[in-house]
Amino acid sequence: MARTETPAGAHVGAGRVTGAGAAVAAQAVAAAGVEAYPRIVATLIRVTGDWALAEDCAQEALTVALERWPADGVPDNPGGWLMTVARNRAIDVLRRATVERRKLHDLALLTPVDAQPEPEVGEDVVDDRLRLIFTCCHPALAIEARVALTLRTVCGVPTAAIARLLLVNESTMTRRLTRARTRIAEAGIPYRVPSGPALTERLPGVLAVLYLLFTRGYVADGEPAFADEAIRLARLLDRLMPEQSEVAALLALFLLQHSRADARRDAAGNLLTLQRQDRGRWDRAAIAEGLAVLDRVRQDGPYAWQARVAACHATAASVETTDWPAIAGAYDALLGIRPSPVVALNRAVAHGYAYGPAAGLGLLDEARAGGGLDGNPLAVAVEADLVARQGDRPRAAALFRQAAAAVDSAAERRALLDRADELTR
Amino acid sequence: MKYMMFVCSDTEPDTDPTDLPDIHKWVEENDSRGRRLTGDALAPTSAATTVRVRAGELLVSEGPFAETTEVIVGFDLLECADLDEAIEVARTHPMAREGRLELRPFAGLPG
Repeated sequence: MARTETPAGAHVGAGRVTGAGAAVAAQAVAAAGVEAYPRIVATLIRVTGDWALAEDCAQEALTVALERWPADGVPDNPGGWLMTVARNRAIDVLRRATVERRKLHDLALLTPVDAQPEPEVGEDVVDDRLRLIFTCCHPALAIEARVALTLRTVCGVPTAAIARLLLVNESTMTRRLTRARTRIAEAGIPYRVPSGPALTERLPGVLAVLYLLFTRGYVADGEPAFADEAIRLARLLDRLMPEQSEVAALLALFLLQHSRADARRDAAGNLLTLQRQDRGRWDRAAIAEGLAVLDRVRQDGPYAWQARVAACHATAASVETTDWPAIAGAYDALLGIRPSPVVALNRAVAHGYAYGPAAGLGLLDEARAGGGLDGNPLAVAVEADLVARQGDRPRAAALFRQAAAAVDSAAERRALLDRADELTR
Repeated sequence: MKYMMFVCSDTEPDTDPTDLPDIHKWVEENDSRGRRLTGDALAPTSAATTVRVRAGELLVSEGPFAETTEVIVGFDLLECADLDEAIEVARTHPMAREGRLELRPFAGLPG
């Protein structure tokens, strides 16, 4: 089969068709693809057990839609149409490969998924997409493989785009994806959502993949598309597992953090700290949605605490009027359940604002005691800020320059050097 | 699926001494459920013999005397539905704490 990749969802659009009708059709394919792609792939994998086949057929369906819909019009049930095309393609391929009759039989029995009502999430009916996510995020796969496979298989991001985002060349990414799919079959990784205590154990690993995706899209020079995919996945997961508090917490965290995406840079593309951001540019709709989702969070998991911190920032009119004692308390709790040097560093920052720079510097010393922050430019920048607020401007400027020399991101370096310049002006 | 579970020593064993599982109970439990087909502990590498044939000549040597503290000290042959079940079997083996376990699925002889 041709391995042309028509990207699913948001990535569709730069198709080959032209004209206004074509543009409408391309948009319809994009919109239908977002919903339908993971369903099609997940369902075909369940029935055939063949990952590459499932992805190829789902891609093929999108390609066919881009060809047909401009002329024939968008079908009433776009998702069902795509599923039918993909299923028929799978039957064709398997017939040629003369596989077992059972698979062909099962495929023929498939009804277009979107024609069916959304299945109730219960113990018996497990959405195929959920199976797909848990399998892509299985701990027996390396974390890079999990991220790439999730982007490719669940989100339908083309291999070339994933390669670009993860800074490897396309053939390397193709090999990595092939290896991951082969490993799933060879190692005996099941296509299943774990239940009971196993679910509690596995869910954090799945959420960690989403979190990694999001932060990749959020770091200074990151690719914003990553954050969008992470939010889409979190929404899907939240819809499929509404009873899981940490899933809702993660979605809330994403929405609240992402609400600042447009305000994080100035016109020249320089990174802005919270203090300098124009809060009028924060996305109020995203904040409102994030707060509503956070309202459903009843448990005190690590993402719940992080989301509560993000909510404090999102609802404050300025840095000065931010509820810093609440943030400091959230970091105290987070450090208790998920200790890490970065959490300890953030805790020092929060206490510095809540209870004064001396308190912050004291906790910064504590955070550095384990050695986990050695050579970390962020820790130096935090110290610089606290020292500046204590009034020692020359020392603060020197520390900001020291931090600037150690960061990887050009945007962050500029921001730190700006701080240093202001203090010596 | 059949998995060969290599039981290995490890330079960094678990430091938590509580509730160390009993190997005999582990064997009994997994034998009775048909998940462990066979298994044993191995004599130290000093008892090992290496056999090679090169250009028609039989080469037998002592060893290997690998200067490593991470060696295979035993094995268990498992029959499990999938990797998740094999992981569940492995996690309750005492050497998951004192050493580490490597799960290798059978590939089957080609042809």
